[in-house]
Amino acid sequence: MRVLAPFGRRRAALTGARDVGAYRVLEAADPDGPRPWPGQFYMLAAAERWGAGADERPYLPRAFSFLRATGGTVAFMLEDVGPGTRRLGELAAGDELWLVGPLGIGFSPPPAGARALLVGGGVGVPPLAAWADTLAEQGAAGCEALLGFRDARRAEGARLLDAAPVRVATDDGSVGHHGLVTELLEQALDADPAATVYACGPRAMLEAVRALCAERGLHAQLALEAGMACGFGACYGCAVPLAAGGYARLCVDGPVLDAGRIDAVPAHA
Amino acid sequence: MTAVEFCGLRLAHPIVNGSGTFDAIAARRAFGDALLEGFPFSAFVSKTITLQPRAGNPPPRLWEAQAGLINSIGLPNRGLAGYLADDLPQLAALPVPLITNVMGSTIPEVAELVEAVGARGEVAAIELNVSCPNVRTGLDIGADPRSLGELVRAVRPLTRRPLIVKLTPNTADVAAAALAAEREGADAVSLINTLRASAFAPSSRRPWLGGGTGGLSGAAIRTVALAQVASVARAVDVPIVGMGGVASGKDAWNLLSAGATLVAVGTESFRDPAAGTRIRAELKSLQIAKTPSTSVNGSQAQVEVDADLAD
Repeated sequence: MRVLAPFGRRRAALTGARDVGAYRVLEAADPDGPRPWPGQFYMLAAAERWGAGADERPYLPRAFSFLRATGGTVAFMLEDVGPGTRRLGELAAGDELWLVGPLGIGFSPPPAGARALLVGGGVGVPPLAAWADTLAEQGAAGCEALLGFRDARRAEGARLLDAAPVRVATDDGSVGHHGLVTELLEQALDADPAATVYACGPRAMLEAVRALCAERGLHAQLALEAGMACGFGACYGCAVPLAAGGYARLCVDGPVLDAGRIDAVPAHA
Repeated sequence: MTAVEFCGLRLAHPIVNGSGTFDAIAARRAFGDALLEGFPFSAFVSKTITLQPRAGNPPPRLWEAQAGLINSIGLPNRGLAGYLADDLPQLAALPVPLITNVMGSTIPEVAELVEAVGARGEVAAIELNVSCPNVRTGLDIGADPRSLGELVRAVRPLTRRPLIVKLTPNTADVAAAALAAEREGADAVSLINTLRASAFAPSSRRPWLGGGTGGLSGAAIRTVALAQVASVARAVDVPIVGMGGVASGKDAWNLLSAGATLVAVGTESFRDPAAGTRIRAELKSLQIAKTPSTSVNGSQAQVEVDADLAD
């Protein structure tokens, strides 16, 4: 599903900015933007002081899947991992963003009668949370989320997905299952082998989910990430190798791809 | 804004896109018909077309540099046949004239591209990407005025369309290259292409980009572009498409002041898809404000310089 974006970037004031565990959640007023479809993303930059940070960066906008979009606002979640997320993380209510979006293609609904299993973790929570909201709105039954995090502070991010029951796994065992989220996924698939899997998360996790689904011959949709400069097909930077040969541009052909289209989640995605 | 005459084309304003920095077909998928209604450029320059299809370089393809971007994309395109069959009809639907950019690694390859593209009525002009290694010398064709002159001489008679030569900045004397292109019949030159650049990953101690090296663009190259455009403008009489880090009307104004007829926007479109529209509006107000009767004033100029230093 793709909702078209207005052409050009627009200025959006933050109506809220708060910490949720290790993450920062920004909520921006976007009265002129369309309602996005889960899995779509926006290119974000701070309207002021975007640049001249560490290493004289950031320079380009950064891509973020939206977390929630209601009543003319759109929310994002981020973790401080570099000069772009650091600057965005400094913003407070009243500060302004440049945003372009919604961009890309989001999730497709599960086949009739199939249950949606949302699998992910870390900064992969937002598109899954948005998808859970939409599935709940549409009255889809039995949707469940399995979320993995490194530690308890990050596991607080699981609270952002509130439209479906959530099972949590942590690497250090401080919250929920002590181990990998893919172990929870195996249990869930043993119980319901016909589920449709939707996944977003760190590369290693996503690759493990892809491999598990491939092994079981299951349909899965992966929300991937890649460094991108523009978000609308101009720069050709976000190339992901396809199983059939050649590359997809993640920004216009994704970011959600059917897992069968790739042989592996790429290292730089 | 006053229309601009460029190689016999009448363009609505001087702002175009740099080749490979705006994919109008993909942008229409993202923005729909709003793209056509607010099309930011007065002519559209296609990405580089090669004879055979190219998948492009292995990722990673991008590195964010200091106020700039290093790319190693590797010219992915559908090849000449795919371009003519699939892309051209879609690009012909744009509300502005189309300039098709082509590249080949030998003279016969470029000749075939120029002939085939020039034969199509949808194409208003052809731009030659000469930042390609010569198979005999290993040097970029565009870096060596003699090779460049030979290439332009060979393909010039093959089309009646205006021929624009996109000069590489990775050469000892860009003005000499421009002069060689002009002597052999180029109708215009465009510059600057990206500057060769590299980034290393600290952990692996190896080049980060899949292609090894890449090309630097963005604000970081703005002052280099201004110097090269000024130097080329002193050397040739043909019109110049100036580009390199243009992000504002002031940047465009400076390139026009240095002798450019058109100004191309590149990396700034990545930061704002409609940057061309904003830059055109800013340029228009500058052109109104800075008429010769008000700007030739020593103290006024000093104020402008100070304002720039204080930016």
